[in-house]
Amino acid sequence: MSGTNGTAALSARGISLSFGSAQILRDVDVDVRAGEVLSLVGPNGAGKSTLLGVLAGDETPDAGVVSLGERSLSALPAKELARERGMLLQKQLLSFGFRVREVVEMGRAPWHRTDRADFDDAVIAESMKRADVTHLAERYFPTLSGGEQARTAFARLLAQETPILMLDEPTAALDIHHQEQVLEVARDAADAGAAVVVVLHDLSLAAAYSDQICVLSRGQVRAVGTPAEVLQPELLSEVYDHPVRVLEHDDQLIVVPVRRTARGGK
Amino acid sequence: MAVTTAPQTGSLRERIAGSLATRVGLFGVLGALLVVVVVAGAGQGAVNIPANEVLGSILHKLGLDIGTLPTHPRGEDALWNVRFPRVVLAALAGAALATAGAVMQGVFGNPLAEPGVIGVANGAALCAAFVIVFDLAFVGNWTIAVAAFIGGLVTTFLVYLMARENGRTEVVTLVLTGIAINAMTSAGLSFMLFMADTTAREEIVFWTLGSLNGARWEQVWVVLPLAAFGIAASILMARQLDLLALGDRAARHVGVDVERLRVRAIVVVAVLTAGAVAFCGVIAFVGLVVPHLIRLIAGPGHRLLIPASALGGAVLLVAADLWARTAIVNADLPIGMLTSLVGGPFFFWLIRRARKTAGGWA
Repeated sequence: MSGTNGTAALSARGISLSFGSAQILRDVDVDVRAGEVLSLVGPNGAGKSTLLGVLAGDETPDAGVVSLGERSLSALPAKELARERGMLLQKQLLSFGFRVREVVEMGRAPWHRTDRADFDDAVIAESMKRADVTHLAERYFPTLSGGEQARTAFARLLAQETPILMLDEPTAALDIHHQEQVLEVARDAADAGAAVVVVLHDLSLAAAYSDQICVLSRGQVRAVGTPAEVLQPELLSEVYDHPVRVLEHDDQLIVVPVRRTARGGK
Repeated sequence: MAVTTAPQTGSLRERIAGSLATRVGLFGVLGALLVVVVVAGAGQGAVNIPANEVLGSILHKLGLDIGTLPTHPRGEDALWNVRFPRVVLAALAGAALATAGAVMQGVFGNPLAEPGVIGVANGAALCAAFVIVFDLAFVGNWTIAVAAFIGGLVTTFLVYLMARENGRTEVVTLVLTGIAINAMTSAGLSFMLFMADTTAREEIVFWTLGSLNGARWEQVWVVLPLAAFGIAASILMARQLDLLALGDRAARHVGVDVERLRVRAIVVVAVLTAGAVAFCGVIAFVGLVVPHLIRLIAGPGHRLLIPASALGGAVLLVAADLWARTAIVNADLPIGMLTSLVGGPFFFWLIRRARKTAGGWA
């Protein structure tokens, strides 16, 4: 793992990006630190996935720079970048009927013809176990359910063994057990020194697993800090344009929307 | 969760052994089939030469005094000046077309991409017709091949730019783009026919029907390097083509320089298509049928798919050519007609199968 805990593995400064006339990101600063889980939260269209795309090097910002350690992200060739950061996308694509194990094996591609390729089989087996897809190894990927596909893609990400992990709404297709499991694994990775950045919609999940939460609204950073600092009812109610309450239960923060009809209606 | 790793290593070993057996078996069967069709193809014709004499003649040419030479007085001559160039050209064209199909399907992430279906073969044909009509010969023997290469390259890029969206090409868009491209190239081809004098017209017509009639060694020497280069380059990019199946974005995340791979793949497809159509004309569906059959047997991994498709394409086209020469006595049927005759129903079958298994292509 590169860097010691707390140092910025990936830092973005002054990021602005427009698609046509729509400005998606406006002067965004964000740091992804080794040993920490950073959650990006915010309403639909706030620019979370786009920011993740910029951090991954998929999108080139109109202004601002992303630096990976000492180097600028845009200067790195695709292969070198793939050894630094891995990404789990929201939607899984696969054009042909590969088996689950073959898909996970694709995560080892950046290490092809390096010393680390010797550990391919062990890493693949371990990654499949952590993502709970070992029993699906011989199944064809297109025949899996959405959640199983997402877990297979997660196993592929783990097999890539990058010091930076990026997850774009990893829990969207998953049941409660696997939601917790995926974030648990991400948390473990961070505890082992990885820098993890994850886009989440469920604020209670973000509260439970993050060291830092970054609230985005209309392409700008509204707040960054620990869950306790950031998850304030006033701020969230304003950002989401909906009244929100923050409860504390068993030392955990739980964020719930205020529901008018739940009290028998008006 | 409670899965131990012990059965995993066992199944892993079995899997490796299984894939090795598939590999050896597949290449063994395809290689044996190729030898059979080549010997049969070389033996059949106006002068019939039995298989043992064909083999004997080949061995003698290789400096081995084994087997009997052709007993027919013109046997040796027919074999080496007429049959072998034709059979070898058929094998090379088939290998090139099937490889081009496999690579193109990988790059488009789409099982229907094929030089004939999306109009690349026609684009190559148009440029070749242009050369024939205006009687150009700027690079000698290679002129038609070079023209076909340029035509193929331009049409492939055109289709690629127009049909691709968000890292994949939807089947409907691809096929509709192919229809549009085919309409334009057909119009161009019609115009070339209109412009041509009688001899050139006849040459173009036969060319578009696809035929291996009158194959010569000089043609083989042009097609051989093109096919060899194309197939070797395709095998080298096989690993990356596998990753491209994840979609553009995810492929980039695992280290593929997607833009560069695409451009390289398109150039390779154009080289292969040009090599195949330069002297044989338009032979459709080989690039569709062969990779699909191989995928059914050996799975979608390109490291196996590409070399196996090359072998399978060679077998198919040599066999098809044999059929084209012998189906009707004293008639040399256009081979492009025969491959389309078989490929059309195959296309139907593919559509039916996709609808049953995956709810169709969208």
